[in-house]
Amino acid sequence: MDPLKAFPLIQVLDEDGRLIGDRSQVSDDQLRAFFRWLTILRTLDQRAWNLQRQGRIGTYPPFSGQEATQVGVAAALSPDDWLCGSYRDWAALVYRGVPLYFPLLNSMGHPAAGAFPDPVQALPVQVVIAAQILHAVGLAWAAKLQGEPRIAVALFGDGATSQGDFHEALNLASVMSAPAVFVCQNNQWAISVPLHRQMHSQTIAQRAIAYNIEGLRVDGNDIIAVYQTMKEVVERVRAGGGPVLVEAVTYRLGAHTTADDPTRYRAREEDERFRHGEPLARLRRYLLASQILSEDEMQAIEEEAKGLVEQAVTDAASYPPSPPESVFDHVYASIPPQLLSQQEELARRVREGRRGGQSHG
Amino acid sequence: MAVLSYLEAIRETLRQEMRRDSRIIIYGEDVGVRGGVFRVTEGLQKEFGEERVIDSPLAEAAIVGTAIGAAINGLRPVPEIQFADFIFPAMNQIIQEAARIRYRSNGAFHVPIVIRAPFGGGVHGALYHSQSVEAFFAHVPGLKVVIPATPYDAKGLLAAAIEDEDPVLYFEHKAAYRSLKGEVPEERYLIPIGKADVKKTGRDVSIITYGLMVSYALKAAEELEKENISCEVLDLRSVRPLDVEAILTSAKKTGKVLIVHEDNLTGGIGGEVSALIAEHALFYLDAPIVRLAGPDVPAMPYSPPLEHAFMVSPEKIRDKARELAQF
Repeated sequence: MDPLKAFPLIQVLDEDGRLIGDRSQVSDDQLRAFFRWLTILRTLDQRAWNLQRQGRIGTYPPFSGQEATQVGVAAALSPDDWLCGSYRDWAALVYRGVPLYFPLLNSMGHPAAGAFPDPVQALPVQVVIAAQILHAVGLAWAAKLQGEPRIAVALFGDGATSQGDFHEALNLASVMSAPAVFVCQNNQWAISVPLHRQMHSQTIAQRAIAYNIEGLRVDGNDIIAVYQTMKEVVERVRAGGGPVLVEAVTYRLGAHTTADDPTRYRAREEDERFRHGEPLARLRRYLLASQILSEDEMQAIEEEAKGLVEQAVTDAASYPPSPPESVFDHVYASIPPQLLSQQEELARRVREGRRGGQSHG
Repeated sequence: MAVLSYLEAIRETLRQEMRRDSRIIIYGEDVGVRGGVFRVTEGLQKEFGEERVIDSPLAEAAIVGTAIGAAINGLRPVPEIQFADFIFPAMNQIIQEAARIRYRSNGAFHVPIVIRAPFGGGVHGALYHSQSVEAFFAHVPGLKVVIPATPYDAKGLLAAAIEDEDPVLYFEHKAAYRSLKGEVPEERYLIPIGKADVKKTGRDVSIITYGLMVSYALKAAEELEKENISCEVLDLRSVRPLDVEAILTSAKKTGKVLIVHEDNLTGGIGGEVSALIAEHALFYLDAPIVRLAGPDVPAMPYSPPLEHAFMVSPEKIRDKARELAQF
């Protein structure tokens, strides 16, 4: 079997933005909305990078290059469906309704960034690689047991496919026929380790064979391909067709995080090759060529995006700092006596005008 | 009142709780058709069906990881880890996920799961069917760790664990399953988690312990009564949270404290209990605190003389308590 033939790359727009497939499931209006979102998210991502460099936020993991996958996936879900993503999946979360300033709050360390406002159905972003894939299976499986129509989607990267949790999750989902979709954003790099050092398989999608589930490989930089593929997948999974593994082939345009410098391990030629087909530039070329949006209209959207992102920066910067005593919040449903005495000791220090220090039971 | 074994008390509580609350599901390795390798869940799949008592694939991280998801979606999972020795593949899911999701979601999500696992040695279980693992979890904020000592406590603590909104580890000593019997009321009752219990009052020495060691300590105390040494036996019932007040009350009362556990000495629960006493009751003490615990060797050996050497016994407790009384 040739995995590249068995799992052909689903593409609707090629790298140059030419239509090479069927886009009948996406209206022009939807494409305009996608362009607007991709623009807003790219603007936010770049602004966040700069804010970190200015020392105004802490470590930030940029998602540039992966917006098409994240928005395409999120757009295919119903509001009740669960989304379980990682630290790089803020684009999907924001598209689902998490406020634009939340990724910034998160990088400033505000605990509030862990609780998304209703009605967003999503777990807080995961840092331990692959752990959320099992949660997605549990959510999906429970929904099935409870007779709910919701499904669960796990978002993770190529590095996550080396983890045991990934394999355990796919196996258990397959055995239980859980309504879960596993979306691997294969961005080619796990920090500094390239895909070929991560696995000897030719594709990630082919791993579906081992679990006897459906596997698909889609161009993750092509929002039309991602959205249309996910729409169909979500429908099948919701109807009881069992779990599906989707490999979205994409590229991490930036660094792993603001603490990383990819020029130390990545060739410039590779970077340029992927940069050409990156999702926003690709969609832009297509929309211009097909006259769905004009240069002027795009410029207006870019202006709007800048305004929204500036507002998000203001919202994040003016968010009230956490009172020191709140370090003890949300450990248990009710605070046990030993923890209460630690909290009281800290509160006493704060009242006395001293900074939070040692406390013991 | 019915006399039940420790194991029967756990099974009947699971049955009673599952009848009361249809959100409760049990799953784990061999818990369904076989009813568990120790028969704790025997008959439950027959009564509640394959959708509520589920044989899972052999993968501990998956058992706990999916239980977390299922709990967030509104179920009350009671997963079983077949032996506490096999809980380690699930450590990440227990410590980083179950224990922390309330905190890192700023209260948006919580995980009401009860992870049951048989633990402990002295049953000729060898290196990987004998371990005590409670200290690893007692270290982790966000978790509760319960270790019942009697059939009565097994029921009340299990019901409380299931009703708890936070993740609870519920460790069952294998040697207790069939050897311990006691009266267990038919009706439902809860024993609050974090409340210790004085199993025997005494004047001279406080023996602070939990789990199977409570019955060993009671045996030791009974023998020492003949020598006119009066021991108080405090059953911690849960090692996280600890009942600080009960520990200090007993320590202050007798002025002599012997802490007993089967788990390895270093970094064990005994260290925490003795630190609490040293911090808050030092001047009430008439002798240094004594700890009696499993030795600091990597595992419980299979060789009978070596297993015997490892295990804490009523005799070892008696001898330590006597020395302490005579200090």
